[in-house]
Amino acid sequence: MSFFCNSYPIIEKKALAGDIYSYTLLCPEVANEAKTGQFVQVKAEGYTLRRPISICSIDKEKGTIRLVFEIRGKGTDKISQLNKGDLMDIIAPLGNGFNYSTEKQGRVIVVGGGIGTPPMLDIARDYGERATAILGFRSFDRVILDKDYAKGGAKTIVCTDDGSVGVAGTIAKPLEEELSKGDVAMVFGCGPTPMLKAVVECCKAAGVPSQVSLEQRMGCGVGACVVCACTVIRGGRQYVLRVCKDGPVFKGEEVVL
Amino acid sequence: MSLEVTLCGQKFKNPIIAASGAYGFGDDYTDLYPVSALGGVSCKGTTLKPKDGNPTPRIAETPSGILNSVGLQNPGLDRFISYYLPRLKKEDTVVIANIAGATVDDYREVATRLDSTDVDMIELNISCPNVKQGGATWGVTCTGAATVTKAVREATKKPVIVKLTPNVTDITEIARAVEAEGADCVSLINTLLGMRIDIRTRRPILKNNVGGLSGPAVFPVAVRMVWQVSNAVKIPVIGMGGIATAEDAIEMMMAGASAIQMGTAIFGDPYAPIKVAQGMEKFLKDNNIGSINDIVGTVKPW
Repeated sequence: MSFFCNSYPIIEKKALAGDIYSYTLLCPEVANEAKTGQFVQVKAEGYTLRRPISICSIDKEKGTIRLVFEIRGKGTDKISQLNKGDLMDIIAPLGNGFNYSTEKQGRVIVVGGGIGTPPMLDIARDYGERATAILGFRSFDRVILDKDYAKGGAKTIVCTDDGSVGVAGTIAKPLEEELSKGDVAMVFGCGPTPMLKAVVECCKAAGVPSQVSLEQRMGCGVGACVVCACTVIRGGRQYVLRVCKDGPVFKGEEVVL
Repeated sequence: MSLEVTLCGQKFKNPIIAASGAYGFGDDYTDLYPVSALGGVSCKGTTLKPKDGNPTPRIAETPSGILNSVGLQNPGLDRFISYYLPRLKKEDTVVIANIAGATVDDYREVATRLDSTDVDMIELNISCPNVKQGGATWGVTCTGAATVTKAVREATKKPVIVKLTPNVTDITEIARAVEAEGADCVSLINTLLGMRIDIRTRRPILKNNVGGLSGPAVFPVAVRMVWQVSNAVKIPVIGMGGIATAEDAIEMMMAGASAIQMGTAIFGDPYAPIKVAQGMEKFLKDNNIGSINDIVGTVKPW
């Protein structure tokens, strides 16, 4: 795997919900190399650090990648001012990505929370009707990508904390129910830490392996600065690894959340 | 036009060195350009035993800079010698080991063991603001700085660079103290101690509460300190702190730096060191200067 540092044209920009934006970049070299679950480091003009943003979807034929992010601060606000036709300066693709093969038997479940929803869209696309997407949001006006998930054939369950749409409450109950139906080969999760903890616990209880994508404040994004640490336990030993290069995807059974 | 510089008998093809902590062990950016494009690489601060570093978050953006509180996370000396050093030594660049420790014995042992390797130079980190023991606790007093320098000097024949902290009343006194104990070179500045608070949660952004400030915000402080130190000692000075462009690098060398290091700028633009080298060449050409050495310390103070 290799990465590039370049500016690529924005060919589409859409506002999804509130302060959440979707961008499509024409970057054949990146799209060709990219894997589901990887991320990009986006330059925010006038800021020292780039902002890590997960890849939502990759279209290798068209040579595009799609990025979906929320304005969290001044850096992401600056990036969100870019428009169709502008160039976006990115380092990409970065990180390890999700590990899966659709040739293997069984169903998969993807669990997304809020702005952690985007990076698993292509997993759902690849598994089609064998995928179940459980997507959790604060309220109805924060719901994103539910139709995109459903479009690929995945059974899509939306949950909201306030019950304003879909299942009231967290993703935990629907996840338990889906797991209890059996035949689940893998669960993929991305979202806030309490949600990831719930995903890993449910999977452990059901004896199903899981992979979770972590978020952390990053420096370089390529492994050099060792800013974005996380702890994993492997073979009884504790290791402090880099979210950017050793992750952002880790085995749920190994990572300390 | 030549960018070649020689420091402590060591030849560098250009005066641009990747700063410790910003460039790992030289193998993270090779997808973009070979590490041989750089004059040298100062490797991630290495301690005798592996170190896990501080809790996260360890980084925060600041006006024109960043705060970090990594806390010297590194794989330890054994792994450096057996794995990273041989890999980097295959490249045509000067390899500098950056070493840190909690005690004088730690520094001595690390230096002793590096002496029998083919590492080119040793940079002594007595300026890390993010560890409770060692690090900057040595670098903030003349006695502490002198003690560690002396121990390392006795342990190795390799050229010894002492990396100084700016978090002191008078950096020239520290520089003189390490020169007196046999330092071959000083590098400065390490990061300035800083802090940021999230006003919504009233929590510091860094889990370590405080961290080291770097980036363009510290550049004028670094230029001033390099100028003062280069006037106070006879040994060469490596200048660093917020260098992002060729103009910055040239300014730093005019202040008295014989070579420069770049760190934070690389996070924003991985090609920044390459652009600095190109910009330096252009400056020499445009001004009809034969060698980059000819600009060192040429500031004309009022």
